[in-house]
Amino acid sequence: MTFFLDQLLNGISLGALYALIAVGYTVVYGIVQLINFAHGEVFMIGAFGALSTWIVLGTVTGGSTAWWNLPLMLVGGMVVAVLTAVLMERFAYRPLRNAPRLAPLITAIGISIFLQEFVRLFFGEIPGFPDAKAAIPFPQIDFFTGDPVNVGGVLVHRGNFFVIGALIVCWAFLWWFVNRTATGRAMQAVSQDPDTSRLMGIDVDRIIVVAFAVGAALAAVAGVAHGLRYGNIDFRMGFLAGLKAFTAAVLGGIGNINGAVVGGLTLGVVEAMATAFMPGQFGGPSWKDVWAFVLLILILVFRPQGLVGAKVVDRA
Amino acid sequence: MSIDSPVAGAAASGHEVGKREMLVASHVTMRFGGLVAVDDVSLTVHTGEIVGLIGPNGAGKTTFFNCLTGLYKPTSGEVRFADRLLPPKPRQVVVAGMARTFQNIRLFPNMTALENVMVGRYCRTSSMAVTSILRGPKYRREEAETRERAVELLEYVGMKGQGGHLARNLPYGDQRRLEIARALATDPQLLLLDEPTAGMNPQETRQAEELIFKIRDSGMAIVVIEHDMRFIFNLCDRVSCLVRGKTLVEGTAAQVQSDPRVIEAYIGSPEGEDGAENA
Repeated sequence: MTFFLDQLLNGISLGALYALIAVGYTVVYGIVQLINFAHGEVFMIGAFGALSTWIVLGTVTGGSTAWWNLPLMLVGGMVVAVLTAVLMERFAYRPLRNAPRLAPLITAIGISIFLQEFVRLFFGEIPGFPDAKAAIPFPQIDFFTGDPVNVGGVLVHRGNFFVIGALIVCWAFLWWFVNRTATGRAMQAVSQDPDTSRLMGIDVDRIIVVAFAVGAALAAVAGVAHGLRYGNIDFRMGFLAGLKAFTAAVLGGIGNINGAVVGGLTLGVVEAMATAFMPGQFGGPSWKDVWAFVLLILILVFRPQGLVGAKVVDRA
Repeated sequence: MSIDSPVAGAAASGHEVGKREMLVASHVTMRFGGLVAVDDVSLTVHTGEIVGLIGPNGAGKTTFFNCLTGLYKPTSGEVRFADRLLPPKPRQVVVAGMARTFQNIRLFPNMTALENVMVGRYCRTSSMAVTSILRGPKYRREEAETRERAVELLEYVGMKGQGGHLARNLPYGDQRRLEIARALATDPQLLLLDEPTAGMNPQETRQAEELIFKIRDSGMAIVVIEHDMRFIFNLCDRVSCLVRGKTLVEGTAAQVQSDPRVIEAYIGSPEGEDGAENA
């Protein structure tokens, strides 16, 4: 039983990580019907942004790992990720707004490779920064990486609290933002009918930028969560995480924020359970990606609109 | 709570067509490849005036609207609005003070009636994503004003207390009225109505007529596309009839109504003439 709970929690925290990234895919898709395949890289850049913030802070604090570093790292990561996403939208996607669907898709692959290589080659060139050609240890913030906490007999890694808490906070924030603010209202309008929105005086381009920025901010949170959970980050981390998060978004119903959260958690739990309980040679970590994508195929065959239903951003 | 006029300080008691030229469209031509959808159409609208645009299906009425609202860029000709050349982007057209409704209702279906109207206010507020999150005093004041104004406008179009319904669940007549409320929320000086009574029963049509008069009396200029001739002739100070993209006749409602060419355009030429042509 303890083992089961352990795995369940493991799956939920992994799923929360996917969900945080998946929301970025879904919000952008809901607004412009564009799959931003470079979103995984925004997640990676967010993690590197947080790491950079910590390194820069370290020149003053001497490498402190006290809890108060974390909010500063989050802000730093978000700023870098949002900036990347906004520039990406402005210079790579906006010129292709009316191009055939395939064009932005290919562009996304280009952006992905560009961002990965950029980090790989240039991160270490900055004085005082570690070389990024291999995995870099992520600062272990005492409060979230100390000894596991005993919750009713289950030993819980503290990083899990961070990622699950982050998901709850971000989800609540997003719901509030979309449903209770003027900008959110405009986002709903654009997702339901961009042409009419334009004719009602909404600056659609600006709303698209907002969608990219919101997704990037959440991806940066996920990047920090990843660093705390696994202890290191590398320039390739965005690829598989991005793919899994995209799977999660489709699983829940692309375009639907709740769907992204449900899809992410489902995917995480299925992966963890399959790893732990699949018998014989089909179990274990080497097969977890297989089960994740088997789940995707099953959903696409039997419920193509996703678990929650493919709907636009409206009613978050 | 009550507002007499959707345009601040422009309430007019009696009906008088204003002197000011609100919209001057001159020689507007819109070509799609070989098809000339709108061919050299000119139209002038004054403040406090209702101008009707009639014509058989496919005459180019809606295309002409689209040229006015920046959705299409006319192939040639120019549109001046409030003495300024109209900007070519839909958003800028709205900001300049021109709002429209649609032939096929285009509300935001999954938002409430109130939210639909509030979206119309968006272009008149300075709200940005960051201010939405930070909620400074200015944002909160604007948001409160937006809500208050939206409630007023719903009442103005006769939908008091229905703000909470999702737009897609509203009865057809209310959806048309909601579109007008949403358009008014952008603070327009010129209102373009594309078949505002399509699909309405006689009672709803009469209500729509009263509403449009009320808006006209507030000093707004209105252009209305309609097929319901009685509605047009009750409502309009001037009528322009488009046929195959060209202005066939322009004049007072009575002049246009009795013009044989208009009748011919709608119901075809008498049989005898057809016979003569064939011979």
